[in-house]
Amino acid sequence: MPDQLLFALEVTLNGLMAGVMYALVALGFVLIYKASGIFNYAQGVLALFAALTLVGIQQGQVPFAHLINAVTGMHVTEFGWKIPAILAILLTAGVMVGLAIIIEKLVLKHLVNQAPIILFMATIGMAYFLEGFGDVMWGADIKTLDVGLPQGINETLESVTDKALGYGFFIDNLDIVATLVAIALVTALTLFSQYSKQGRALRAVADDHQAALSVGISLRFIWILVWSIAGFVALVAGIMWGSKSGVQFSLSLIALKALPVLMLGGFTSIPGAIVGGLIIGVGEKLFEFFAGPLIGGATENWFAYVLALVFLVFRPQGLFGEKIIERV
Amino acid sequence: MFYREAGDFKTSYREDSQTFPIKFDRLRFYAVLAIAFGVIPLFINDYWANAVAVPFLIYAIAAIGLNILVGYAGQVSLGTGGFMAVGAYAVYKLMTAFPEVSVFIHVLLAGGITALVGVLFGLPSLRIKGFYLAVATLAAQFFLVWLFNKVPWFYNYSASGQINAPDRTIFGVFVTGAQTSATAKYMFCLVMLTIVAVLARNLTRGTIGRKWMAIRDMDIAAEIIGVNPLTTKMTAFAVSSFFIGIAGALFFAVYLGAAEVGESFGIQKSFLILFMVIIGGLGSIFGSFAGAAFLVLLPVFLKNVLVGMLGWPTDLAAHIELMIVGALIVIFLIAEPHGLAQLWRVAKEKLRLWPFPH
Repeated sequence: MPDQLLFALEVTLNGLMAGVMYALVALGFVLIYKASGIFNYAQGVLALFAALTLVGIQQGQVPFAHLINAVTGMHVTEFGWKIPAILAILLTAGVMVGLAIIIEKLVLKHLVNQAPIILFMATIGMAYFLEGFGDVMWGADIKTLDVGLPQGINETLESVTDKALGYGFFIDNLDIVATLVAIALVTALTLFSQYSKQGRALRAVADDHQAALSVGISLRFIWILVWSIAGFVALVAGIMWGSKSGVQFSLSLIALKALPVLMLGGFTSIPGAIVGGLIIGVGEKLFEFFAGPLIGGATENWFAYVLALVFLVFRPQGLFGEKIIERV
Repeated sequence: MFYREAGDFKTSYREDSQTFPIKFDRLRFYAVLAIAFGVIPLFINDYWANAVAVPFLIYAIAAIGLNILVGYAGQVSLGTGGFMAVGAYAVYKLMTAFPEVSVFIHVLLAGGITALVGVLFGLPSLRIKGFYLAVATLAAQFFLVWLFNKVPWFYNYSASGQINAPDRTIFGVFVTGAQTSATAKYMFCLVMLTIVAVLARNLTRGTIGRKWMAIRDMDIAAEIIGVNPLTTKMTAFAVSSFFIGIAGALFFAVYLGAAEVGESFGIQKSFLILFMVIIGGLGSIFGSFAGAAFLVLLPVFLKNVLVGMLGWPTDLAAHIELMIVGALIVIFLIAEPHGLAQLWRVAKEKLRLWPFPH
C-alpha cells in the first residue's frame, strides 16, 4: 500500500481514539439530558473538578490551602502523605456523589418546572462556581495526573504493523486504554439501565416525568442518582483527559467539544454519543490532514461545529435522536 | 403618590401609544437622559470611563442586540463573541481603507456587515431549534475567530496579528486612538447607545416586534396565523447582529484600542453577554441595561473589596469572583427567573398603589 494511504489510515485510527475521548464526555451530557431534560453545561467542569480532586487527594494536598494561607497567614500546603491511586479514585467518586446531592438540594430542587433555557443557564452558573471552587480548593496550577495508566506509544502494535505492512502505526497506549474503558463503561451503563430496578426507574423518568411520579418513583432520588452517575462518568473522563494532557483549566473546555458530538448523535441516545464521537474524531483529524495545510491549519477548532451544523440542516434531531414532533 | 396614571388623560392616538404612557415614567426618562448627557460628562475621569462607564455602555448595546434575538425572537445564540469580532474587524478594515470617511459612518457600516454575516449564520435556524440551534451558533463563534486569526488580510498583514485602532475624529475631537479623552469616549458610546435603545424599543413595539414574539411563543402557531418564519427569523438575526456588530466595533475602536480576536472576542464574551440578558430579563430593553450594569459593576466591586480592602492575592480573588458570579447567577435564577426587569416591574406595581395599597 502507498505510504500516503497508510498514513491516512493511521490518522483515521487516531481520530477514532480521539472520538472515544469525546464520547466519554458526551455520555455524561446524554445521561442527564435523558433523565431530567437538563442540558448540563457543567459536565466539562465536573470532569475538571473530579480530576483536580483526584490529584489533590492522591498528593495529600490541604484543601483551600491558598485561602487559609491568605486569611490566617499560615503556610500550609500538604499533609505529607500519599494515597494509593485506587483509594483516591474511590474517595473522589464519593466526593462526586456528595456533589450530586448538594447540587440537587441547593439548585435543582428549586428549579423544577422552569423553562429549559433557565435550567441551562443555571448549569452555566454552576460551571462558573465549580471552576472557581476547584481552583480555590486545590490551586490553579497545572498538575500532572498519574494513576498508573500506561503512557507513550504502543510498541507491540508498531512492530507488528511494521512487519506486516512495512509501516509502523503510532497509537498511544492511553488511547487504547481509554477505548477499553469507554466500552466497559457503556456496557455497564446499558446493563444498569436495562436490568436493575433503579435503571428501570431512570428510564421511566426519562420517558415521562409525571407518569413516573404517579407510579411512585421518587424524582429527587433519580436526579441524585443520575447526577452521581454523571459525576462518575466525569471522573472517568477527567482521569483519561488528565493523564493525557495534564489537569488544567482547558480540561473544562472539552465540554464544548462534546456539544457537536451530541448534536450529531442526538441528545437522547447513548449509542448516538459514541457514534457521534467517532464521526467527529475521525472527521476532524482527516479534514486537518487533507484540507488543513491548504487553508492554514488549526481547523480542529471549528470543524466539528460546522460539520454538525451542516448535518443538522438535513436531519434536525441528529442521527439517533427521537423524532421531534410538534403540535399547535 | 407620584406614580399614577389617574388624571393623565390622553386626547389623541399618538399620546395613547407613546413609549412612556405614564407621566412620571416620561419625566424620569428625560431626567436620566439629562444626567447622562449633561452631568456625567463634566465629572467623568479616565478611571471611571475605562472601568465602568464605557464598558457598561458598550455591553448594554450588545445586550440589547442579543436580547432581541433571545428574548424577543426566542432564538438562543452563543455566537455573540464571534459577531462582535465581525464588527470589530469590519470597522478596522473600513477605518484603514477609507480614512477620510467619518468613523461614525464606519461603525454603522460595520454593524451592517455584521448583520449580513448574522443572517448567513441564522439561516439554519429555519431547520434547527432550541439547544440544537444554540450549539449550531457555536459554529459561528469558533469559525469566525479562527478566520480572523488565520487570514492575514483581516489584520492588514500586521506582524503581531493584532488590530490597532487608528486615530479618528468626529467634529475635530478624537474618539479613537491613544489621544482620546474620557469624555469623548463616553459621549461617543452614549450617543450610539441612545440611538440603539430608541431604535430597539420602537422596533419591538411595532409589527416586526410582535412577529418576533409570535415566533418565540410558538413558531408553528405563528406560521399558521400568517407570520412568515423566514423573514421574521432573518430580520431578528439581522437587527440583533447589527447592534452586536456596533457593540463589537465600539469595543475594539473606542474601548480597547488594540485587540486580538481569540482573547477579546472568545466564547467567554458570548457567555458574559448571555448572562447579562438573562440576569437583566429576557424580552426587556430595560433588562439589558440592568444586566449590563450588574455584570460590569460586580467584578469592579469584588476586586475593590477582596484585593483592595482585605488584601488577598489577586489570583485567589479572581477565583472567588468566579465562584460569586456563578453562585449569584444560580441564586438569581432561583429567586427571580425573569430577571432584574421583573423586580423593577414589581416595584413599579407597588409604587402605583403606594402609600395606600388597598
